Amino acid sequence: MDSFKRHWWKGLGVILLIYTIIAGFLIQVPDLPIIHQSIRNLFFHVCMWFSMIFYFGVSMVYSIRYLSGFKEDNDRVADEASHVGLLFGLLGIVTGMIWANFTWGKPWVNDPQLNGAAVSILVYLAYRVLRNSLDEEHKRAKVSAVYNIFAFVILVIFLFILPKMAEGSLHPGKGKDETMTVKELDNTMRLVFYPAIIGWIILGGWILQLRIRIRKLSDQAFED
Amino acid sequence: MKAIRHLILKDILLEWKQKYAINGILLYIISTIFLCSLAFEGLLEPNTWNALFWVVLLFAAVNAISKSFVQENPGRQVYYYSVARPQDIILAKIVYNILLMCVLSILFYIIFTLFLGNFVQNQVLFFLCFFIGSIGLASLFTMISAIASRTSNNFALMAILGFPIILPLLLLLIKISKTAIQQASWQGTGGLIVAMTGINLIIIVLSYLLFPYLWRE
Repeated sequence: MDSFKRHWWKGLGVILLIYTIIAGFLIQVPDLPIIHQSIRNLFFHVCMWFSMIFYFGVSMVYSIRYLSGFKEDNDRVADEASHVGLLFGLLGIVTGMIWANFTWGKPWVNDPQLNGAAVSILVYLAYRVLRNSLDEEHKRAKVSAVYNIFAFVILVIFLFILPKMAEGSLHPGKGKDETMTVKELDNTMRLVFYPAIIGWIILGGWILQLRIRIRKLSDQAFED
Repeated sequence: MKAIRHLILKDILLEWKQKYAINGILLYIISTIFLCSLAFEGLLEPNTWNALFWVVLLFAAVNAISKSFVQENPGRQVYYYSVARPQDIILAKIVYNILLMCVLSILFYIIFTLFLGNFVQNQVLFFLCFFIGSIGLASLFTMISAIASRTSNNFALMAILGFPIILPLLLLLIKISKTAIQQASWQGTGGLIVAMTGINLIIIVLSYLLFPYLWRE
């Protein structure tokens, strides 16, 4: 019973993802022009971005917590959450490129959504470079926490204003070309889309938990 | 307030005493613009001019501001720490860098016009735009240089850390100045100018809140 209380969310995540994969490939989807059946990528590609921003957010929150108490554990979480966020970001780019190649004819186009994604990834790659260029532990934790908070706030503003500034986006539901808006998102697709987001975020949480444990063990081994 | 004024005066005096630094930046600006005028001969149209203007100004800003926290030796830094609040220090640095950037960008504008011509139709809007732009560039890179100065390779990190987060500001700037080039009216720029001022404010507030954690060691 006790172990059920501690591990139920992992099971939930696995079930949701199995459901996403099976239902995602089998349900009836609306046959829209250009996109056609590739719309099923919504359950994978779009969820990657949600998860990425979620884990960058987690990283920022733990950076704030680090600065308010200087506990080493919080720095560890911030660091590992940035890893998880980057993993989702890179997967998001790969799935996006496959999709874009199919619908727009080339893997990379100049589009506010793509620019936003590229900038988020660049910011957190810069964060990793910053961490690696500092040797002393406390200094590294402090300086990188400051950059993390500073960059994340500006990043959020950027993601918020960028689509508004653009003259139109190739992404459906954004900009002037409205082939499909989120409101019109088919109801059966929603039944898969929302569980998919939760499922991927839970999977990220599991990865994060394992990474933190490994990190703690290797830190301990290093001290001994 | 008094501390901030003294710190700004200190920076201005220091700059005046070691003129080589500011002369170096000026020379950097002149040679970059000269290089561009040769490389872009015959290719310049209003939009290229605009893009080139901001990219070169961005690099000039990185160069001018990267030394903010490394030009003085650590001993002196400890002294400042003991006599002033870290908040005063970062505000003084930001104000000083804004002044520096404003002077530099006016000179930059003149030199740029001399070598590469001038396509701007609405001069007032363009000036307003690069005035607010200079404030933004100066305050953001001041904070980034404070972060980068804690590491051993300051200059490379300035660019890596700064460029992704300067992008929102730079895109806004390019958009507004494009309007200033294409038309003489102010139509459709109000919201963008407010957004840009807002971003500047957020950058300064964040620097004010976060700098104390960098300073204490």
